[in-house]
Amino acid sequence: MTDVLKPRDAKEVEDAVRWAIGHEKALELAGHGSKRAIGRPSQTDVTLDLSGLSGVTLYEPEELVLSAKAGTPLAEIEALLDKNNQILAFEPMDYGPLLGGGAGEGTIGGAIAVNLSGPRRIKAGAARDHFLGVAAVTGRGDSIKSGGRVVKNVTGYDLCKLMAGSWGTLAAMTDITIKVLPKAETEATVLVSGLDDAHAAQTMAAAMGSPFDVSAAAHLPDHVVSWFDGLPNAEAATLLRVDGFAPSVMHRKEALAALLKPFGPVAVLDAKDSQTLWRGVREVRPFAVGAARERPLWRISAPPRRGHEIANLITPAAQMFYDWAGGLIWVAMPVPDEPDAGSIRKAVAQVGGHASLIRAPASVRAAVDVFEPEAPGVAALSKRVKESFDPKSVLNPGRMWAGV
Amino acid sequence: MTLRMPDVDGEVLARRARIVSALRTIVPGEGVIDQAREMRAFESDGLTAYRQIPMVVVLPQTTQQVSQVLSFCYTEGIKVVPRGAGTSLSGGALPLADGVLLGMAKFNRIREIDFDNRVAVVEPGVTNLAVSEAVAHAGFYYAPDPSSQIACTIGGNVAENSGGVHCLKYGMTTNNVLGCEVVLMNGEVLRLGGKHLDAQGYDLLGVLIGSEGLLGVVTEVTVRILKKAEMQRAVLIGFSTSEDAGACVSAIIGAGIIPGGMEMMDKPAIHAVEEFVHAGYPLDVEALLIVEVDGPRAEVDYLIERVEAIAKTCNAVSCQVSTSEEQRLLFWAGRKAAFPAVGRISPDYFCTDGTIPRAKLPQVLAAMKKMSEKYGLRVANVFHAGDGNLHPLILYDANNPGELDKVEEFGSEILRLCVEVGGVLTGEHGVGVEKRDLMPVMFSEVDLDAQQRVKCAFDEKGLLNPGKVFPKLHRCAELGRMHISGGKLPFPDIPRF
Repeated sequence: MTDVLKPRDAKEVEDAVRWAIGHEKALELAGHGSKRAIGRPSQTDVTLDLSGLSGVTLYEPEELVLSAKAGTPLAEIEALLDKNNQILAFEPMDYGPLLGGGAGEGTIGGAIAVNLSGPRRIKAGAARDHFLGVAAVTGRGDSIKSGGRVVKNVTGYDLCKLMAGSWGTLAAMTDITIKVLPKAETEATVLVSGLDDAHAAQTMAAAMGSPFDVSAAAHLPDHVVSWFDGLPNAEAATLLRVDGFAPSVMHRKEALAALLKPFGPVAVLDAKDSQTLWRGVREVRPFAVGAARERPLWRISAPPRRGHEIANLITPAAQMFYDWAGGLIWVAMPVPDEPDAGSIRKAVAQVGGHASLIRAPASVRAAVDVFEPEAPGVAALSKRVKESFDPKSVLNPGRMWAGV
Repeated sequence: MTLRMPDVDGEVLARRARIVSALRTIVPGEGVIDQAREMRAFESDGLTAYRQIPMVVVLPQTTQQVSQVLSFCYTEGIKVVPRGAGTSLSGGALPLADGVLLGMAKFNRIREIDFDNRVAVVEPGVTNLAVSEAVAHAGFYYAPDPSSQIACTIGGNVAENSGGVHCLKYGMTTNNVLGCEVVLMNGEVLRLGGKHLDAQGYDLLGVLIGSEGLLGVVTEVTVRILKKAEMQRAVLIGFSTSEDAGACVSAIIGAGIIPGGMEMMDKPAIHAVEEFVHAGYPLDVEALLIVEVDGPRAEVDYLIERVEAIAKTCNAVSCQVSTSEEQRLLFWAGRKAAFPAVGRISPDYFCTDGTIPRAKLPQVLAAMKKMSEKYGLRVANVFHAGDGNLHPLILYDANNPGELDKVEEFGSEILRLCVEVGGVLTGEHGVGVEKRDLMPVMFSEVDLDAQQRVKCAFDEKGLLNPGKVFPKLHRCAELGRMHISGGKLPFPDIPRF
């Protein structure tokens, strides 16, 4: 990394990208750099630091819409929303501590670029589902826009979807418009204790299949519970969160507790304990502290009812816990520098889904596929999409896969 | 009608007989229709102002047949127009004289219902309502509910990213589809997504949804199903001005309430509907809101009370809460019959579809009233108030020479206004041919080129549904070139900021 370009506005971003095209330089796109350690280590010449594009440019709480420059700190946006009793409903997780950095870092552009979502994803949708409009500079040096500032819009192709989760490989986003939602008045968590992973998956399916509008569902096996605050005992914990208006939460937590009684001992945690617990889930606490930080970490998304089968298909020395009603599995492998991609990929192929190596030393990430390899036809189409936006490969080249 | 479609390829038409017999070897029996009389059923979709008999109609039954038909057309340079149930209101399924019309109606099976993972795997020709019906016995449903849900198919919903009255709370098609099998124009079969969430890699599924049949033909769709709320109740609230109604919508959302549905009608729409359905709508109001809340009884009762209180502070002149399921359905029956109701008071109507920031509603309604006077045409408005999606219905008589042209001009002026106040050309009906030539109102040429390059990544020969969405067609080779002025890019030195 020899140089940093820090544009102050969208026009300067365009200048920088055009310069890179003209000189065949590869740019590393970064906001705060809080997720820099995820993905393939890319060979870039210059860092394009987008954190200078900062500030909320439009916020109309009653229209449920917020626009901000891409480098605006996520923390600033969340604080502003909180003042108005609103939230980013996709509950973006914080990768900072997990990757050895500080908490509370990250920009809105970065969150969208990696489609960052947390526990509420299963109810409210992912970051992509709240991403309404964008202005960006493509790898051709063209300033484009897509989408708008209204929720309901089918005018033209939904390029926002392509950009969410593209890890900065298609375009440098400069302005972002998102849908925001009211914050729940209160919350509670129904806890079922002592379940093994398979029974937990069954319990979570029953809860999700109830009309009680569960907003998050996680299972913490006994080997990780000690890392979480807010739990009444040291047994495996299956957590179901309900949130909303107080009379509704009161009713639903009781109804849910009654429904889940046949599955195991049930307790109900109040709003304060519930919030503490889910913060731990959102931050992947067991693997973000102490010696566990040395462990290579996988993030696996699978059909929720089958996610638990992964545990039986990989080494028993792996540690793990489940979010998204069993569909999101965080797996920490036992040996530093050895993510054991072979057995993880084989297990995922068996149950369906995809696995990403979220944390491993750069040398390891350079040697194994960090993201799930795509089927040949899909990979070829992805490559054509990449070329349509960035034919000279100037934006984060190779961050996702070689050539993309 | 002055709609310009891509030039007819005389060479293709000259080979018609051979093309038909080649297609018959792929889809045998009644799956290939080449008689003009029988093809008439496919000559238009819900936008009946435009009609065109296709070169030939093909109704495949298997993914393999779709793949072979597309691969054949790709090799032979034949255009293809995919079609679901043909309910598009924007002409998305308008045939081409030199094109194959690929009807997906025979893909009508529900392949799998998986309550454990809360998904259903269905073929694209299954109707929207049939998905909900198939899972209703277990108390589940499929959330997006476009008004045409009895007839429209999931494949068409994917193509158009269909919405419905509940999408403020439950999202549009794109938020409720997890995976699909898609056939590209060259015959390649791909799987995108599945029963899991958020696959890494480019969200190809996300850009396919809402691409109006220009990127691929979907042969299987995995949709998310949801458990039905315990109950729903609706409130009818009347206002003496649309400003008050708009302020009430903002106040409800401002109080942190996201209703399951929130619909508004203006006076002409209220009167047309009430005469037709007798839903008990007040006739002495300028604007009527239907607000529906859903959830457990405890929540519904609490929220209904709050909505009533908010309505009072917003100068509501009437407020009626549904006291039974029958009454709730009656409230909705009026709104859902708005289009046919307007059809009763006018020989023809033209429905358009823009979205605006909600706060601009009074301004847009006032401007529309003026336009109505200018064009000498009546207009009735139904409005998805929660998300700002406006459906003005322009009343006209197609038998009056020149009236349709005037209607289209009126419609265009409304949509231009929507964009001007910060909204968009279409909220849920799609661009199709109807709004195609208005795309430059919202997008620059550079924006549209970026979209067309995505089209090239999926369909580099431009054979799939050409003439829709984009006002100008470009060759992919031309789009792919980097445009460099004066032989070089204008930034020789590293920029310093």
